[in-house]
Amino acid sequence: MKPATFDYTRPGTRREACDLLHEFGDDARLIAGGQSLMAVLNMRFAQPGLLIDIAGIQDLHYIEDRGDYLAVGAGITQAELLEHPGLAEKVPLLAQAMPWIGHAQTRNRGTVCGSIAHADPSAELPLCLTALGGEVVLEARKGKTRKLPAHEFFQGILTTAKRTDELITEVRFPLGQGNERYRFREVSMRHGDFAIVALAVRICGDRTDLTVGGVADRPVRRSMTGNDARASWLNHFAWSLNAQDDAHASAVYRRHLVRELGSRLIDECSAQKDDTHAPQG
Amino acid sequence: MSLAPSMTTTNEKQFIGTRQPRLEDEVLLRGQGRYGDEVPTPPGTLYAAIVRSPHPHARLKAVDSSRALEMDGVHGVLTGEDVRQWALPFPVGVRQPMEHWCLAVDKVRYVGEPVAVVIAENRYLAEDALSGVTVDYETLPVAVDTEFAIESGAAILHEKVGGNVVSDRTFRYGDPETAFAEADRQVSIKVRFPRSSCMPIECYVVLAQFDPANSAFDITSNFQGPYALHSVMCRALQVPANRLRLRTPPESGGSFGIKQGVFPYVVMMGLAARKVGAPVKWVEDRLEHLQGASSGTNRVSTLEAAVTREGRVTALRLDQLDDCGAYLRAPEPATTYRMHGNLTGAYAIRNLAVRNRIVMTNKTPTGLNRGFGGPQVYFPLERLMQRIAVELDLDPLDVIRTNLVPKGAFPYRSAAGSLLDSGDYPAGLEKGVREGGLEELIQRRDEARREGRYYGIGYTAAVEPSISNMGYITMAFTPEERKRAGPKNGAVSTATISVDPLGSVSVHVSSTPQGQGHQTVAAQIVAETLGVPLESISVNVELDTGKDAWSIASGNYSSRFSGAVAGAVYKAALKVRARLAALAAEQWNIDSDDIRFSEGRVYVEGTDQSSSFHRLAGATHWSPGTTPQSEPGGLRETAFWTPPELEAPGDDELINSSLCYGFIFDYCGVEIDAITGAVRIDRYVTLHDAGRMLNPQLVDGQIRGGFAQALGAALMEEFVYGADGNFQSGTLADYLIPTSVEVPEPVILHMETPSPFTPLGAKGVGEGNNMSTPVCIANAVADALETRDVELPLTPSKVRILMGIEEPPRPEGVGEPETEATASSGSRLRARDSVELPGTPNEVFDALLNPQTLAAIIPGCHGLEMTGENEYRADVTVGVGMIRARFDARVSLHDLNPPDSLQLRGYGSSAMGSAEAFATVTLTALEGNRTRLDYDYEATVGGRIASVGGRMLQSASKMIIGQVFSRFSRRMGGGTSRFLFLQRLWQRIRALLTGKGGPS
Repeated sequence: MKPATFDYTRPGTRREACDLLHEFGDDARLIAGGQSLMAVLNMRFAQPGLLIDIAGIQDLHYIEDRGDYLAVGAGITQAELLEHPGLAEKVPLLAQAMPWIGHAQTRNRGTVCGSIAHADPSAELPLCLTALGGEVVLEARKGKTRKLPAHEFFQGILTTAKRTDELITEVRFPLGQGNERYRFREVSMRHGDFAIVALAVRICGDRTDLTVGGVADRPVRRSMTGNDARASWLNHFAWSLNAQDDAHASAVYRRHLVRELGSRLIDECSAQKDDTHAPQG
Repeated sequence: MSLAPSMTTTNEKQFIGTRQPRLEDEVLLRGQGRYGDEVPTPPGTLYAAIVRSPHPHARLKAVDSSRALEMDGVHGVLTGEDVRQWALPFPVGVRQPMEHWCLAVDKVRYVGEPVAVVIAENRYLAEDALSGVTVDYETLPVAVDTEFAIESGAAILHEKVGGNVVSDRTFRYGDPETAFAEADRQVSIKVRFPRSSCMPIECYVVLAQFDPANSAFDITSNFQGPYALHSVMCRALQVPANRLRLRTPPESGGSFGIKQGVFPYVVMMGLAARKVGAPVKWVEDRLEHLQGASSGTNRVSTLEAAVTREGRVTALRLDQLDDCGAYLRAPEPATTYRMHGNLTGAYAIRNLAVRNRIVMTNKTPTGLNRGFGGPQVYFPLERLMQRIAVELDLDPLDVIRTNLVPKGAFPYRSAAGSLLDSGDYPAGLEKGVREGGLEELIQRRDEARREGRYYGIGYTAAVEPSISNMGYITMAFTPEERKRAGPKNGAVSTATISVDPLGSVSVHVSSTPQGQGHQTVAAQIVAETLGVPLESISVNVELDTGKDAWSIASGNYSSRFSGAVAGAVYKAALKVRARLAALAAEQWNIDSDDIRFSEGRVYVEGTDQSSSFHRLAGATHWSPGTTPQSEPGGLRETAFWTPPELEAPGDDELINSSLCYGFIFDYCGVEIDAITGAVRIDRYVTLHDAGRMLNPQLVDGQIRGGFAQALGAALMEEFVYGADGNFQSGTLADYLIPTSVEVPEPVILHMETPSPFTPLGAKGVGEGNNMSTPVCIANAVADALETRDVELPLTPSKVRILMGIEEPPRPEGVGEPETEATASSGSRLRARDSVELPGTPNEVFDALLNPQTLAAIIPGCHGLEMTGENEYRADVTVGVGMIRARFDARVSLHDLNPPDSLQLRGYGSSAMGSAEAFATVTLTALEGNRTRLDYDYEATVGGRIASVGGRMLQSASKMIIGQVFSRFSRRMGGGTSRFLFLQRLWQRIRALLTGKGGPS
C-alpha cells in the first residue's frame, strides 16, 4: 500500500495555491491534515500528479467570531476548533458533535475545512454545517471568491460544488442564539467510527430542525413546526433518505433510528433548560 | 525421580508462582523492539508486491508480465509457471485430488489470491509495476454460502473432487440412539459461527535468500509455528529440511494464531529470491492481510440433546459443517478436530454422535486463531444448555450444575477420549457464583426488567484444552487410512540452558512467543531452580531451525508454553542443577541431596560448605580436569519432553486431543438499549482453573487479552463476504476491533488444581475466553430478549432487528422503492431511474448506437475503439470525489429492439478492482417529440474497491450510472442539427465498416 509517484509543494500563500490549482486542475489535490487523502493515496484510489499542501499558509490559520458566525480558516485542525475558548457558548452544536469525530490523534491532524471538502456523508462536520445553515467560502485564482450555503455545497457522496481550481479558505458556522437549543447524537459501532446514523436537533420556538447524517448521500435537514404530527413527519423523513444496507447496518435499522432516536433526541432537546447553552454577551 | 512442582526449600527463593513484572517490557517500552520489518536486510535486497485476484472464482487464462518487466526498477516477476517448474503443491490434510500452490496456477478461488509476484528495487516501484502484469481471467460462478456450497448444482472449486465437501466423517461414542429413544425431551439448536481473527498490528513479513551453490533457502519470517509446517514448506520447495533455514525475529507484533498463515509466503518469497538471484523482502499490508491472510473457520452446527426432565443431558448429536475457504491449508482441517476429544465440554455426557464435513468455498483459506476450534464448539453447546433451561423451565445455572463432570472423577475420560486431567468443576462454579456477585446481578436484572429495560444474564462452563496432541489432526482420516500412514501423536517441547565460563545463565526456548511473557516465566523457573538472580538470566526466544533445538510441535499455539515448554525449561534446569550438585558433592564429599542453590550460591545448609554459583559452574569450562569423571565439561543442557498421555488415536476413534484441560466458568449481565440495540456489558465474571499459575500477573494478562478478542468476535468483528464472493472487510474501519474504550474490565477469579501430567502442574490459559466469552454474551442477549436465534457478531443493527422493528409503510411518493440490495449482496446495486430527452424514440435509439455518443456520455472516457459490431473497448477514468480509478473497459449493446429497447453492458477492470453493469433501456414516446428513457440496471463492483468502499459503493455506483444518462440527456438537448449531422456521418461510417445500412 504505497502511493504512486506525485510531486509535492507547500505554497506559502493562498495566491500561490490558487495559481497551482488553476495550472494543474484535476491533476492536483489539496492536502491539509491528510486524514482522508493519505489513505486514498496509499490505496492508489487517487493518483494525482501534484499534492498542494496548504498547511503552510499562515493566513488560513484563524478562528474568528464575526458577530453572526464563527469563521474557521482552512488551516485550523479539528482539535484547535474543539479547544477554542467559548466554543460551547458560541456554537453549542459543534461543542457537542466534535468529540465524536474520530479520535484525539486524528483530530490533531484533520482539519475542519478538509472534512467539509471531503463531504463524507457520515462525517460530523458536514452535518453540523448543514444543521446550522452555514457557509463555505471558496477562492480561485486572482482572488475570485464565492460563498455557498451548505445545502448547495454538498451535492452527493464525496461530491461538492467546489471546482477543481478552487480552494476552501473558510467555513462559517452561525452562532447559537439565546432562544435555540441543540442536541447531537450518533450511533456507531465503536467510538470514533463512521456514523451509522448521526442526528442533530435544533429547537427554536415552535420550529424544530432535524439534520440526519450517515443515511442519505449527504447530510439532510428538515424542519417541523408545532403543527406537524411528529411520528408521521419522522417516518416521512426517514423514508425520503433512501437508506441503504451495508456490512454494519441495514436500511431498516437506519430508518428506525431516524424515527426513534430522532424522536428521543427532540424530546431531550425540548426538555433541556433554555439557558444550558445560552450564549454569553 | 519424582518431580515435585517446586523443589525449593524454605530457604531457597521462590519465583515460580509469584507475580513478576515482565522482563520483556523495557525493550518494548523504549521502542527498541526488533520486529520482522526491522530485521536488517542484506545488501542488494529487492522488494516484492503481489498481484492478487480481484475475482472470487475464475480460470487463469494467461498471465502476461512483459509490460511489468520493462518498468523502472523491476527485476523479475514470479508467476504460476515458475512455481510449477520449481515447486510442488502443499500437502493437503485429506485424501482428495486437490492442489494448493503458493501462487495460483490454474484457477483463482478467492478474492486476494496471489497470482504473481513483482520484484523491484523498492516497494513503490513494485506496486507501480503491478498494473504491468496483465491477467486474463475467465470468471466462474461462485460458491460462497457454506450451506449452499454443499448442494448439488453449486459451483465446484476443485473439480477433480467432484463436489465441495472434501471430508465427511461420522463418529459414534456410547449409545446415542438408545439415549435419544429413551429421552424425556429433545432440545436442538442450529447456529452459524462467523469468521474472525486475532488481528495483529504487525502483518506478515518474509525476508528470503536463496543460495544456488547449496540449493538452500535462508528465510526470516515472523512465522509462529507449529513447526510441523516446516516440513510442509520443505516439501513445497523440494528441499531437505536442512536446506530451509527458517528464522524468526526477536519480537512479534502480535499473532495468537494468524502468523501460522505466513507459511505459503515463505515458500513464495523463497522462489521469488531464486527467480531474481537476490534477497527478496515482502511486508504484507493491511488490505492484503484482511483479504488474504487467514481467519478462523466459520461453522454451521446443528446440535441436538437428549435430556431428562431434570435437565440432565444423556446424549448429544452434533452435525458440524466447517467452511475452510478455498483451500485446505495445513494444518486444516485441524479446527474441526482440535476439540474432538472434549466435544462434550465440561459435562459428563456419555453418548455422542458426530458428523463432520469440511467444505470448500470461495473465501480466504482458514487457519489458526486464538481458541482454535473452541469458540465454534462452545457456541452451540452453551447456547443449547441455555435453550434446555428455557424449554424445560429450569434455571440455566442448575442445568450446568446438573451436567458438570463431578468432583472426584479426575482424571476423567470423556466420551470421545479426552482425559480431563484435573479439576473440581462444581467447586469452581460455586466460587464464581459467590465471589463474582451473581446475586447482585440477578437483582439488577429484576430491577431493570421492572422498569421495562432489557437486561439479561448469560452463563458458560467450558474446558480449555492446551498442549495439542499432534495426533488429533489424523482424525480426519479413517482408522484404516491412519494405519497406512503410520501413527502420529505427542507434543515434543524443548528448552536449552547454558552456563557460560563466567557463570551467567542463558536460556533458549523454541516457543516463538507473541507477547505472552515467555522470557519472564522461563527466567522465573531457572532463577528458582538454580538459585540465581532473575535479572541475571538471559532468555532468547528467537528460533533458528539451522542452529536451535526444535521439533514439529515447536512454536506458539495450543497454549502449550506454561504446561509443556515451561516444563521443558524446568527439566533442563534440573539437569544443570544435578550436574552442579554432583560437582559440589564430590568436592565437599557429601550427599548431593543436601546441596542448596540460592541467591547466587551453592551451599550445604547449616555448614560453611559454600561456593558461588559462577565459580562452581565456571569450573566446567576452566578446569574440567578437576571435575569428577562423570562430568563431561562445558555446561549446556537441552531437555526434550513429551507427555505419554498423548497417544495416537486408535480403532475406537478415541482421541486425547490435548494434554491439559483447564476449567472456565463465566457469567455476565448485559443491558440492551431499547432504541439503538447496543449491547452494554454491565459486568463480566470469569473464573479460571488453569492448574498451577506460574506467574499470576501474566495469567491475568492472558485472560484480559483473550476477553478483549472475544468481545470483538461477540459484538463487532467479522470477515464479511457478499453473495457474489466479494470481500467487504478490507480496512480497519470495516473490520472492527474493539479498542480500550469498548472493552470493560472483567472480574477475574482463580482457582488452582495442578495438572498431574505437566512438570510444573501448569495448564494453558491464553485462549479460554475466546472460547467461553462469545457464547456467554450471546446467552445474556438471548436472555434479555427472550429469543432463540442470536448470531454473532451482535451488532446494534442486528440486535435491534432481533427485537423487532415495526416499520410504518413508506409514504406514497417518498423516497425510492426499496432495492433488492441487502448487506449480503455486497456491492451489487439494482435500481431504476429515468430521464426525459428531446427527440423521437428512433432518434434516441440511433444516438445510443453511435460510438461518439457513447464516448461522450461515458464519464471520463479517453478513447473508444470499436472491437466488433456494437462492441467497444474504452479507456475510462471514473471517479467520485477525490477517488479515481482508471479502467480498461468493454462496452457493448445487446438485444437491440429498435426503437423500443436495448441492453447496455459495461465491464471494466483495473488494478483497483473490477466493475460490471447491465442496463436495460426502454424508450417511450412522449408528446412534443420527446422520449422518456427508463433504465433498469444492475451494477457490481469487485476487487479492492469492493473490499474497502463498502459503505459508499451503492451510492457511488448510482451516481456514476446516473451521470451516464444525464450526460446523454444533455447531449441530446445540445442541438438537433448537430445531432442529425453526426447521425448521418455515423451511418455512413457504419455502412463502410460493417457493410450494413443505417438503422432499420
